[in-house]
Amino acid sequence: MSDAPAPTAPIHAPAGVGMLRGARTFPEAARQALGDPQLRHNLGHATATIREKRANVVAEVADWAELRNAGQAIKSATMATLDEQLVRLEHQVTAAGGVVHWASDADSANEIVARLVRETGSREVVKVKSMATQEIGLNNALAQAGIDAYETDLAELIVQLGDDLPSHILVPAIHRNRAEIRNLFLRAIPGIDPGLTDNPSALAAAARRHLRQRFLSAKVAVSGANFAVAETGTLCVVESEGNGRMCLTLPDTLITVMGIEKVVPSWRDLEVFLQLLPRSSTGERMNPYTSLWTGVHRGDGPRAVHLVLLDNGRTSVLADQVGRDALNCIRCSACLNVCPVYQRTGGHAYGSVYPGPIGAILSPQLTGIEHNASLPYASTLCGACYDVCPVKIDIPSILVHLRAQDVEVKRARRDVPTPEAIAMAAAAWTMTDDRRWSRAQRSSRLARLVGRRRNKARGLIRSLPGPLAAWTVARDAPRPPAETFREWWARERGRDGQRR
Amino acid sequence: MTAREATLARIRAAIGDAPAVPAIPRNYRVRGDLEAGAAADLFAQRVAEYRAAVHHTDPDGIPALIATILASAGDTRAVVPTGLPADWLSEVPSSVSVCTDDGGMTTEHLDAVDVVVTGCAVAIAETGTVVLDAAPDQGRRIITLLPDHHICVVSVDRIVVTVPEGLHRLDPTRPLTMISGPSATSDIELTRVEGVHGPRNLDVIIATAGRTALVRDRSWLVP
Repeated sequence: MSDAPAPTAPIHAPAGVGMLRGARTFPEAARQALGDPQLRHNLGHATATIREKRANVVAEVADWAELRNAGQAIKSATMATLDEQLVRLEHQVTAAGGVVHWASDADSANEIVARLVRETGSREVVKVKSMATQEIGLNNALAQAGIDAYETDLAELIVQLGDDLPSHILVPAIHRNRAEIRNLFLRAIPGIDPGLTDNPSALAAAARRHLRQRFLSAKVAVSGANFAVAETGTLCVVESEGNGRMCLTLPDTLITVMGIEKVVPSWRDLEVFLQLLPRSSTGERMNPYTSLWTGVHRGDGPRAVHLVLLDNGRTSVLADQVGRDALNCIRCSACLNVCPVYQRTGGHAYGSVYPGPIGAILSPQLTGIEHNASLPYASTLCGACYDVCPVKIDIPSILVHLRAQDVEVKRARRDVPTPEAIAMAAAAWTMTDDRRWSRAQRSSRLARLVGRRRNKARGLIRSLPGPLAAWTVARDAPRPPAETFREWWARERGRDGQRR
Repeated sequence: MTAREATLARIRAAIGDAPAVPAIPRNYRVRGDLEAGAAADLFAQRVAEYRAAVHHTDPDGIPALIATILASAGDTRAVVPTGLPADWLSEVPSSVSVCTDDGGMTTEHLDAVDVVVTGCAVAIAETGTVVLDAAPDQGRRIITLLPDHHICVVSVDRIVVTVPEGLHRLDPTRPLTMISGPSATSDIELTRVEGVHGPRNLDVIIATAGRTALVRDRSWLVP
């Protein structure tokens, strides 16, 4: 037993279940996405549309900065007292007739949900769009238990019918345009009108007809939660289509799977987040439907209400003093829409249910950096994500922090240093000594020979020789100057710094 | 050790460095600074932007207005909650059958209904939102979900300006539904389409206050 980890040791999200790890590194997956002009067109159009909508509705809120400060503080205060908040939440949900379950990881959460569904005698569930259940691969786990899970959000339905993967937090089918969706519906929905057009209204109406009977006959629903109020035991789901209301109201049994970081301390805190979230997310003043329920409401809605509290790596994120701010995320997806990298590669390249800038800091922390080592580099560090984040997560700083972690992990693992590490050590040796640095600068003039040969006119080196060639695969290198700054300074001002 | 104990132990170890618990700066706007009439105007404008139909009347005009809306929509089967003021339906023609849901109507029955008529708990002007809290004039959540048409009567004394004011008036232990326009989706190319699973048509009747049937004392909600 001495090898067993201490019960308080951080655990990461397990491998082999759920959707947090891609099969390929980010650069490999991104290369394929960048070669797809249809995808780039769809993404460019969609992200430009949503950016403009968001900017308009944020601009009309005079106290947006104050709301962001409050949102950030509420989230940080919650994480600093997370154990207390969850115990309060559990107490209030239980007092209101709900049942609370705790799941350390994806496997355990999937087992709990499958068992709860089996106990109802039903073999199918309807689902409200939920990031947490995608993260843990719930649909696959239920299928293995002989239970069919039906996604009811329009975009999730598109993804599920196409046996596709979600590529955006808010709009999982953002990579598909209307013509592609029409063709998919004609192929995958039995009994659909063959005259279906690609008008979005017609496509939405087709989804309504397809799902209507499913809603009316469903006995069990599975949802996520956007917020859970510790003070009152109230759960909250925000949505647009009404599929959420259907799932939260019609079935006898409701099972909600929620990451432990979604709790907020007080009812009053919702007045902040119900302003920040819709405007940041869909660019609306308010989303069409927000449902709030507290345990079982006698004579109204489900008679059995379950809440599954999911860790799955969140406590290891919480243990990182810099990285823990990633848990403050309210999943609005504003950072995706402004990210110059996401706009071009789309979500699939990130290999996780959490794409874009927030995914680049969340996925590696949930899985451990060694499983998503390329993601912290999937950024230009331009900071646009930080500017739009409604809870002011400093994503660029966490990206840099995770890059440092990645280097440390790799250094600890290797017996032989990498070429990069050797170059950095050599640079450090050179730059910490005045004479060594002068000699190195003079010798760099040799590169002018390369530059002369390669591209004399523009002062650029198109391709460096030997191992340095990798640097110039995608960029030019400047030709070193004939005279260094230090030489110029000595010539102009002399060694004593006086102008000659 | 149970999963509960293990998770709590991991959390306590993770925050073993005792991170600061910041005070919450609540210097954002809580109260709107609009007169009641201006708040009602803003509410009407914002609801209309969601492509819901907005109507204005005094309390005596509610029955005729409801009858007119039902006729123009061609609705023939209506459901109402038990606590709806009875005279609101006094001018509904006999060609429209009205069921009162006492909690016993089945899903199939409600699915065959065209329209539901309710009051509301609170309306929020800045976001164009009506909030239902399952009070007797609003009924269980299912009756405002399955019919394709929802007529919601909003008395001006229920209208507040800001989201914080709205949440302050609500009781979190009740089942709450916040509605901002008809059901919609932006899932296809981020183009907004009204009408998916929830009611596709929403009529909001803004009624001037003054009728006792509309006034319910909610002061006990204010801490």
